[in-house]
Amino acid sequence: MNMYTLLSMMFQHQKEDFFFPSQASENAATVDFIFYFIFYVSLFAFITIILATAIFAWRYRRSKVGMTPEDSPHHSTTIELVWSIVPSIFMVMMFWYGFEDYTERRTAPSDSYEIQAKASKWQWEFVYPNGATSYGFVDAGEYLGKGLVVPFGKNVRIRLESSDVLHSFSVPNFRVKMDVVPGRYTDVWFKAIKMGDFPIFCTEYCGTKHSRMLSTVHVVSEEDFAVWLKENQEDPNATPVDKGKRLFAAKCTACHAVDGSVKIGPALNGKYGTTENIVGGTVMIDDNYIRKSILNPKADIVVGFENVPMTSFAGQLSDDDISNITAYLKSLTE
Amino acid sequence: MAPTTNTLDRTNYLNATKGFMSWFWTIDHKRLGLMYLWSVISCFILGGFFAMKIRLSLMPGAVDFATQTAEQMNAYNNAFTVHGAVMIFLVIIPSIPAALGNFVVPMMLGAKDVAFPRLNRFSYHLWLIGALLFVATLIIGNLDTGWTFYPPYSTGHTDPSVITAVLAAFILGFSSIFTGLNFIVTIHKMRPPEMTWFKMPLFLWAIYATAVIQVLATPVIGISLLLILVEKTMQIGIFTPELGGDPVFFQHLFWFYSHPAVYIMVLPGMGIMSELFATFSRKPIFGYRSIAMSSIAIAIFSFIVWGHHMFISGQSQLMSVIFSALTFSVAVPSAIKVFNWISTMYKGSISFTTPMLYGMSIIWLFGIGGLTGLFLATLGTDIVFHDTYFIVAHFHYVMVGSALFGFIGGIHYWWPKMYGKVVDGPLAKLGCLLSFVGFNMTFLPQFVGGSKGMPRRYAAYGTEQGFDDWNYWSTMGAMVLCAGLSIALFALLRSFFVKGTLAPANPWGGVTLEWQSPSPPPEHNFEIAPPVVGDPYDMTLVEYVSEEEGFLPVNPRSDDPCVADVKPEDA
Repeated sequence: MNMYTLLSMMFQHQKEDFFFPSQASENAATVDFIFYFIFYVSLFAFITIILATAIFAWRYRRSKVGMTPEDSPHHSTTIELVWSIVPSIFMVMMFWYGFEDYTERRTAPSDSYEIQAKASKWQWEFVYPNGATSYGFVDAGEYLGKGLVVPFGKNVRIRLESSDVLHSFSVPNFRVKMDVVPGRYTDVWFKAIKMGDFPIFCTEYCGTKHSRMLSTVHVVSEEDFAVWLKENQEDPNATPVDKGKRLFAAKCTACHAVDGSVKIGPALNGKYGTTENIVGGTVMIDDNYIRKSILNPKADIVVGFENVPMTSFAGQLSDDDISNITAYLKSLTE
Repeated sequence: MAPTTNTLDRTNYLNATKGFMSWFWTIDHKRLGLMYLWSVISCFILGGFFAMKIRLSLMPGAVDFATQTAEQMNAYNNAFTVHGAVMIFLVIIPSIPAALGNFVVPMMLGAKDVAFPRLNRFSYHLWLIGALLFVATLIIGNLDTGWTFYPPYSTGHTDPSVITAVLAAFILGFSSIFTGLNFIVTIHKMRPPEMTWFKMPLFLWAIYATAVIQVLATPVIGISLLLILVEKTMQIGIFTPELGGDPVFFQHLFWFYSHPAVYIMVLPGMGIMSELFATFSRKPIFGYRSIAMSSIAIAIFSFIVWGHHMFISGQSQLMSVIFSALTFSVAVPSAIKVFNWISTMYKGSISFTTPMLYGMSIIWLFGIGGLTGLFLATLGTDIVFHDTYFIVAHFHYVMVGSALFGFIGGIHYWWPKMYGKVVDGPLAKLGCLLSFVGFNMTFLPQFVGGSKGMPRRYAAYGTEQGFDDWNYWSTMGAMVLCAGLSIALFALLRSFFVKGTLAPANPWGGVTLEWQSPSPPPEHNFEIAPPVVGDPYDMTLVEYVSEEEGFLPVNPRSDDPCVADVKPEDA
């Protein structure tokens, strides 16, 4: 154990402190140590310059010293070198600590348990190795979906992907954050050392409901995690309607309600088989229109929703998925 | 005896010609400077209005997290976009260089005007066109991309008003390039022969460094914004993955300009600091050469640190490490400047005028702004603070703390030269004090909210997220800040209605050349050409004369009618 880890252990705390939420991952204490190192160095520097300003201002005020101050040096190479070099030394230390910690936290251990997180406007979807899925977002002040469930004390790597715009995955209690970039994969990893629920934020602006792209990480024991994984695996006997309902909850509910209310897009209950006004005409809502709207949503937009274009789900939903969603929407009319 | 030179009926640049066209079509750098000044102040009021809209809607209890509608969220997203875009592109970037720089630079050089007066007028007209288009787009078009225009959101997922906004920013960029070009040529070619580079006032060094950045960096943002336009209108894949582009590429281009742009904003403020601390300590600036060189160093380093905005963007880890190390290189010259200003006060004769109070506020504000930058240059801590209110507080401390307070301090400092009125009463000082207190009250809580994880650009926060206290204090502080700035503006405007004699040529005791001209100056700046060039910080060159209520040269030139009238015994 080197001095660096030893020092960071001094900054372990279970509860929230003045600056930070509680430390829920193994690496959090290191970040907090670096923070407090910079903080105290900066505080010392700040107090020094403010005191010097205040003392000089008072000591050499014009009402006391008069119009013509006594002579004093206009520069001093020694002093100027000192105040350039001493701060530089501290800055090298800051850089080095930050660098060590960064390489540590950006490189997931090879034994990590891998979960996929799919970000889209404005929700998170989590897919586990055994096919179990869950999702999370906030609607009308309620946290919906089961969020991200992770086992206690195990290295977990989250592989991030976005289907539309930039998002960012942030869990302050774990001190992790990473942008989710469309067109490429990014990742974060952590080892949870505290049981409980911690918030997930989207921290890259992503449009209207950016502030509702929230979810929760649930850190549970390994046994509970195994049970949870099994429970959330897809039931092999599920009907197309069941499958569609499940997909709809994970993919569509951020924008479409099924209780008649308008969210970002129109409500979808009772719509199957009816005729709808679209830009430039009318259309019968049938299997083909649903398929078209999922894959190429900008083609036939319902009147009144021209300014809130939906993102295409091409590549995200398979033909089977679309059929299942269609079956579910059909069931809402019967 | 009363000063005879500064009566109201003396012909000066303000009353020499009259009528709308005499201003709108002028090539006088002083009139152009004033037009920039009032345009910028108008934009500042607009941006401030949206800042208050943001703060009031984040006041706990103002908006219900559960029932906020999509329209309300869009309105909030539009508000922070307008606030950011107006304050950056229309206020801080043109504030000191275009407004004060135009007024002061030629006078500090003892020149009649800038090198290319017609280009200067063209810059202003371009700016005006860009600004009108920009404001119209931002407000009518409901733009909601944030001032950063990040694709693919800006190219494929929002209002078409992005197109006009981007065009407007492109036009504004040209205005900025022309102004920079003009200042570079002016400073190179129009210095009087006695004024060598190291006899130049430090404000000119700062403006010079700024102009270099304006000329070299602005074309990049212009082109990047055009690429957005091309992608959005012609569907050519540059940044959007669906079309084969890469969104991270835009971030590189964007920050390649926008990080140096931070120094377009801050360097001129630092230049004003150097003038204020020397004049109001009545002492030569401490470490002249290191301040001048640090301005140049900052201008150079500013080009190689942009990647620190992108530590978690998906850029390679090696890049992040290199950018982190390079970023610290900017911290050193900035620190040197602060130490030099404070040392200038040592054994000085310090006068607490309004401009100096703004100057001393900047030591505090830039101290916090600069030091909190260390957390963001460091990789480990930046990951935690990125895109939280910690960043928001940090850059407000730097941009408002240095650039805007420097701007306001500079306005007070040169106000006598602009309008022949000294604004240094209790009201002006109260404005400064309230702004300082209000500013700290607004932004200190944001550091803590941010370190606890409060993300930026959120239309509302749920009470269970635990950020309510910090938002409460921040909003209260914003009201105090708003009151302070309003009082400062009121004190300035009130001076127009105060009757009496005009300000002396040199009310503060500055030694730079603009103070050798009467207040306000004649159309061609100096009644007799050219002024005496000495060391810009040798305070023994001027002395206080009580009946003048200002300073006069110790060894006046015998042919100077201005001085001869006032001190007949010397003539």
